[in-house]
Amino acid sequence: MTQPLSRRRSFSDRLFWAGCGLAFLLIAAPAVSVLISVFHQALPAIGWSTFTQRTVGSGIGLQNAILGSLLLLAGVAVVAGTVGIGAGVYLAEFATGRSEKVLRFFSEVLAGMPSIVIGYIGYVTLVIEFHWGYSLLAAVIALSVLVMPYIVKTTEVALRQLPTALREGAAGLGMPRSSTLGRVLMPAATPGIMSGLIVALAISTGELAPLLFTAGFTDSNPSLQLFHHPVPYLTNVIFTDLSLPGARAHATAAAAGLLSLIILIVLIALGRLVAGRARRNTARMSL
Amino acid sequence: MTAILDRRPKPTGAPHRSARARRLSELTRRDRALRGVLLVAALVPTLALIFLAYQMIKSAYPAIVFNGWHFFSTKKFDLGNQYASGFQVRHGYKAPPGAQYGILTLLFGTVVSSLIALVLAIPVSVAGAILLVEKLPARLQGPLGVFLELLAGIPSVIFGLWGVYTLGPLMSRTVFKWLAALHIPWLRGPTGSGQGLLSASVVLAVMIIPIIASITRELVRAVPVVSKEGAVALGLTSSETVRFVTIPYVRTGIIAASILGWARALGETIAVLIISGNALGAYPHSIFDAFSTMASTIAALLDSALTDSTHMAVDSLAEVGLVLLAVTMITNFGGRLLTRRFSDAGLPVGRGV
Repeated sequence: MTQPLSRRRSFSDRLFWAGCGLAFLLIAAPAVSVLISVFHQALPAIGWSTFTQRTVGSGIGLQNAILGSLLLLAGVAVVAGTVGIGAGVYLAEFATGRSEKVLRFFSEVLAGMPSIVIGYIGYVTLVIEFHWGYSLLAAVIALSVLVMPYIVKTTEVALRQLPTALREGAAGLGMPRSSTLGRVLMPAATPGIMSGLIVALAISTGELAPLLFTAGFTDSNPSLQLFHHPVPYLTNVIFTDLSLPGARAHATAAAAGLLSLIILIVLIALGRLVAGRARRNTARMSL
Repeated sequence: MTAILDRRPKPTGAPHRSARARRLSELTRRDRALRGVLLVAALVPTLALIFLAYQMIKSAYPAIVFNGWHFFSTKKFDLGNQYASGFQVRHGYKAPPGAQYGILTLLFGTVVSSLIALVLAIPVSVAGAILLVEKLPARLQGPLGVFLELLAGIPSVIFGLWGVYTLGPLMSRTVFKWLAALHIPWLRGPTGSGQGLLSASVVLAVMIIPIIASITRELVRAVPVVSKEGAVALGLTSSETVRFVTIPYVRTGIIAASILGWARALGETIAVLIISGNALGAYPHSIFDAFSTMASTIAALLDSALTDSTHMAVDSLAEVGLVLLAVTMITNFGGRLLTRRFSDAGLPVGRGV
């Protein structure tokens, strides 16, 4: 027979879970509030001109910033994507003993680097010392250093999660390591790797501190020139227009915020979708 | 991310010496070429870290010599009169007249704001994560977990926007007023428009909640069911099970997660820059007052520092960055070393998404 709980215990049980519920509300409320607040402020500034005009004077166009942000995204995908995935594959498949530990440790330490430090060094070395000026390449490198550790980590985890049977089967067939990797492991790990890459790109779209002193800003559309041509981007518009007087500038800031949030949410949703596929993939492969 | 904190045994381990030699000899020529190319990629993060540290020390060096120990005992961070003729010279390095570079108030701002954020964030994250795993049905866990991912992904400049327009004014009208009415020293005074130490701390707390909460969620999921079943069999209520079984089991992990969250709060730049009110060279008079952190000061002053022909302003900012780097690295190391003890794969990296 179960005894009825004493009143005090049942009360404290309820109190505890009510407290937890309140805590969860305190997590959910800011997320919702941020979305509503940005959306509400951005509404007056969103229109066709947002996409057809550029950020000239007090205008409300954002065309150049949108294009610049997408260009940076592509640049980071290429640079951080190739290096990060390569490093992750090496750590998962080839690294042994101490070198493995050291490389992984430094990659994790790099992940904890404050973003303003990366921005500062990007400015002092790339922009000034190397005479690149505010440029696409400086911006892409600064952003890539920031998100690379994340890609390294997710790539390594995606490969390590594959069932050992795959490697054993390939070895049993006498396949060399490179073809095992290319024909067996990579196809199976691709969804996991891609989802990590996408989330890393999502992080990069929201960063400002590393770009503030490497990308610069311009009211014209971004060019594909690697050096000496500043790149406009959305987070800069948010920051700059926020400190300008006037409701119109503030609405433009919010509109830029909304657009970067939309890019972010699309990327996170895409990442989740691919991650779901990766999980099903792994579940199917393990016997 | 899920699956990062699982407790699998280490796949490679420490292979026997001869076994390793045999594995290397198994590689074909193409394998070796591929391994070489990938090794280059794998070296990039390490080289980048070394490069960043080296450049930081190199650019801070003149300031370290010029400022000496005054750097840690001076309150003011003043770029001086950059348009005056003549310089002040100390230890062979020049700076504009009147320039003083002290990190004291910035260090105070960084440490205090991040600690307040931590105190606010830990209970909320832990309680929320426990509710998510232990009380809510499994099919709700995924959809409700979206809030964590969303919070983790929102750019810091948007948190700044939100803090200035929504949270700051709201808090200033309500919570801050009530708090100030209690007349506790340092917690009273004019609450202003909601830009200041407490607002910035609250925003920082919101930014580190997803880090602490998502790690706690994974940890709580990994608590063995057997232990919980035992607690239930002994007649414990669900809250008592959490208190006596779950929390003791994940305590170290929560501490480690909090340290990682703390490191994030220490280095946060843009959101703090927007909400802090950016007061230089003075301690905040109350918890509602304007302040500055090391990171926000670098971002705020780098532009004007560039006009300094002696270059000492830029170098001193590098010294601030070096201290910031040291503080964040030490916290980060600590958090990671602590997790090594109980989890092989380590903690998620990046911005906690």
